Amino acid sequence: MDANLVQEAMQNVNFQAIMPSLVLSVFGMVLLLVSVFSPRGKTTHVAWLSFIALIVTGFVSLNGWNNPQAGFAGSVVLDNFATFFSMTCLIAAGLTILMSDSYLQREGYPVGEYYPLILFTTAGAMWMASGTDLMTIFLGLEVLSVSLYVLAGFFRGQTRSNEAGLKYFFLGAFSTGFLLYGVALIYGVTGTTKIDGIAQFVQAMPDSTSNVMFIAGGMLLLTGFLFKVAAAPFHMWTPDVYQGAPTPITAFMSAGPKAAAFAAFIRVTIIGLESLQADITAVFWVLAVLTMTVGNFIALSQKDVKRMLAYSSISHAGYALVGLVAWNEIGVTGIMFYMLVYTFMNMGAFAVLVLVGKKGEENLTIDGLAGMGYKRPVLGIVLCIFLFSLMGMPPTAGFAGKFYIFAGAVKAGYIWLAVIGVLNSAVSLYYYLRVMVSMYFKDEGEDFAWVSMNTATAISIVIALAGVLVMGVIPGPFMEMAKLAGF
Amino acid sequence: MADHLLSIMTFFPLLGMLFILFIPRDNDGLLKGFTLVVTLITFVISLPLAFNDVFTTSGGMHYKEFSEWINIDGFFQMNYNLGIDGISLWLVMLTTFIMPIAVLSTWKAVDKNTKGFMALLLLLETGMLGAFVSLDLFLFYIFWELMLIPMYFLIGIWGGKNRIYAAVKFFIYTAVGSLLMLVAIIFVYYYALQSGAPINGFGIQEFYMLDLPYNAQYWLFLAFGFSFAIKVPMFPLHTWLPDAHTEAPTAGSVILAAVLLKMGTYGYVRFAMPLFPDAVQTFIPLLATLSVVGIIYGSLVAMMQEDVKKLVAYSSVAHLGFVMLGIFAMNLQGMAGGIIQMINHGVSTGALFLIVGFIYERRHTRMISEFGGLAHKMPIFATIFLIITFSSIGLPGTNGFVGEFLALVGAFESGLRWYAVVATTGVIFAAVYMLWMYQRVMMGKITNPANENLSDLSVREIVVMMPLVLFVFWIGIAPNTFFEKMNPAVEQLLNQMNNNKVAVVEIQQPVVANLLETK
Repeated sequence: MDANLVQEAMQNVNFQAIMPSLVLSVFGMVLLLVSVFSPRGKTTHVAWLSFIALIVTGFVSLNGWNNPQAGFAGSVVLDNFATFFSMTCLIAAGLTILMSDSYLQREGYPVGEYYPLILFTTAGAMWMASGTDLMTIFLGLEVLSVSLYVLAGFFRGQTRSNEAGLKYFFLGAFSTGFLLYGVALIYGVTGTTKIDGIAQFVQAMPDSTSNVMFIAGGMLLLTGFLFKVAAAPFHMWTPDVYQGAPTPITAFMSAGPKAAAFAAFIRVTIIGLESLQADITAVFWVLAVLTMTVGNFIALSQKDVKRMLAYSSISHAGYALVGLVAWNEIGVTGIMFYMLVYTFMNMGAFAVLVLVGKKGEENLTIDGLAGMGYKRPVLGIVLCIFLFSLMGMPPTAGFAGKFYIFAGAVKAGYIWLAVIGVLNSAVSLYYYLRVMVSMYFKDEGEDFAWVSMNTATAISIVIALAGVLVMGVIPGPFMEMAKLAGF
Repeated sequence: MADHLLSIMTFFPLLGMLFILFIPRDNDGLLKGFTLVVTLITFVISLPLAFNDVFTTSGGMHYKEFSEWINIDGFFQMNYNLGIDGISLWLVMLTTFIMPIAVLSTWKAVDKNTKGFMALLLLLETGMLGAFVSLDLFLFYIFWELMLIPMYFLIGIWGGKNRIYAAVKFFIYTAVGSLLMLVAIIFVYYYALQSGAPINGFGIQEFYMLDLPYNAQYWLFLAFGFSFAIKVPMFPLHTWLPDAHTEAPTAGSVILAAVLLKMGTYGYVRFAMPLFPDAVQTFIPLLATLSVVGIIYGSLVAMMQEDVKKLVAYSSVAHLGFVMLGIFAMNLQGMAGGIIQMINHGVSTGALFLIVGFIYERRHTRMISEFGGLAHKMPIFATIFLIITFSSIGLPGTNGFVGEFLALVGAFESGLRWYAVVATTGVIFAAVYMLWMYQRVMMGKITNPANENLSDLSVREIVVMMPLVLFVFWIGIAPNTFFEKMNPAVEQLLNQMNNNKVAVVEIQQPVVANLLETK
């Protein structure tokens, strides 16, 4: 090979840009070995080591804050945007790990590989958030997804978990195919997979909207993303997968990977397809309304809490899409803020559910929570706060998040979209309230008796609670950070 | 301290609530006593407001507090912006005054989960006070929503048989309205920013100065007005109220009637009308009609109730109709009458719910047919009940007369003359349903043996009622105490609405799409 070319290529390599995912992957591989050489059934130390790995990675990725690092010929960049989403994913992973250990012991699957898999997923998510080339984004997505397929089906003795893993795998693979095909078509038209290269090409192309191949490619690409964020009508996998997967993994899926998918989504649409704004927002307008409405209305009739939260997470993806429709600074910042908030509030709610579940009976029904508010008053209040935040009631963070997103929509002139959004929030009140009705208003049932309190899960709940309350009462600094990270 | 009086007053109950969390849950007496002390101290903190003569001379905002809360450059700014004028003054006083009474009423009535009950009461008080003193729309919205949560649990946990239905209905009705208001609030803010108005936040005093185009006002008033109309509640959005009132525990009903319903009428006076003065003109015929329908409908339905508490609940719908009619008269008498009628309704309907609570605690039923001849066994109770009944009817000499009379006079002198004429029949209806109920419950011979051994009011119960009776006469005989502090603020409000009005606005079909560039 030409020596000059190699040298040039090496100059472009900048390991700083991929340091966070690199560190996390190395940790993951080491921990795989650690878990192999650990006695059977002992996983607590692996859990704590992977928690430490996440903290270390957090510090490493902070290096990119206000200090953007581009690498690998501009296909990866560690900028504020990537850092913000990486932090969100790391927080989600951290909370997952904290609530997992005792849960795995209880359910009888204390297997060490679980934690490295979470680390790999997170590395993939961070990779995705920092990808500025469709190929790197795709790589990140695959690393993220493959580990998640395994995690969703982790309880190999349980039919539900198997079903979740398999469903997620088939549909996920299918959607990845869409995405990749879209990348290929776009490459065929534009001759590049770099996002800014595509942007330049589209800008220079006068008839970009009449180029069938380009439009088809763009649509396939967006379909792939919409599948990952579980937007309607690509949401069908969500309820089954969320219900069947181990509860901490469900919590993680709803927060970390979704945030990463939104990160790539935002980068590709707002930077790469900027000149197609009018067309894309028209499509997203419909999709946002559809996603919010489908999620909320189907959630109304759910009896299983996990399934209900799965549908609610669809509707939350719809709220986030509203920010994308707004296509302005507030909207995008709103999505970033909202993803962080959602991580805290949704994972907090799941952490409480992890505690109140029973072995083998972890598919909690809403009625099964009857009397919980009296038997475990503190836990009850905490779950209420998370639910109020999911509803978007002030003074919790959920309100601040929704406010910013809808503010972005109103500022951009999408008043009706904001109206539909708040009416959807009103619908969502009913099913969140139902949980509280069961916890407090029903006569104390005999059903609820079981809580396996443990320190690690308690810590995760406290962290999530602090997040929800602090970001609700003083959202300014966090919003400021998200603003610095947005475009 | 005077600089932060409003903050201290607003957040003192919240502080108390945090302390309550550390009191053992089975120590009922301590929990109730502590809550009573907290609410009494809050009342004492608020007293200097009532005795401050500045309200008699100036109708503007006093006791102002201002600090930046959230400021994100280029996005938005929210401020911690408090203040009080002669209108909110009396509502604040009503709130701090009614809370100790509500707490006292729980002494025997609440024995399950007292800790939670007291904590929620105090949280509710912070929410209510905060909503009355907020001068920033965003801050107001937060307090407004904050009130919902404790009330939801008060009804849902300590309520009657249908509590779940009532609590969820209450929550969803109110929240739907306020969510639409939220979009309107955001819109006003961005409209103001884009039109280059000198605003630095969601401050309503700056928003008052905006020159919003009529078509924008139309929709914004709809959003605000809808939200407040649910809270008032105006016919036909009132259906949550009888359910909530009937199912709520006594203390909850008292607070709901005395303060929470006033949030709706206060919202009209403070926000919906002065912010959108042109749109109000368009909606006055509709709103006045609904008020009058509410008066007549509420009275007629109240007449037919078998349950005392339901009767009082429907009478609220009628009373609030008078308040709204007075406000929409848009003149000094009407406005002042409407606002004093808010206070009156708080005092007399609050008292009526307490009275219903007294007999319910004794007999565990509220059916009118179960009672009869109670006056023989409970003379003190009979006297107090009669006074409150007169006050609710609006007999001269009691507070109800002052408010209803002024509201009706105001309406009569404005363009709402015929509305006032029809509404006046409501006063007669009120006499019918209240006196008929009083007669069936208190007069005659004791026909039901279960009523033979009823005890008269205890000292605690008399202590609970006395302050309310005092205000029935105080407002009834010397209303000037209240008007002299209220009128400057009302006048200023009216002037400002008239100045802001863009000449005479033709009522036209709004073509909002062009003006707002809605996508």
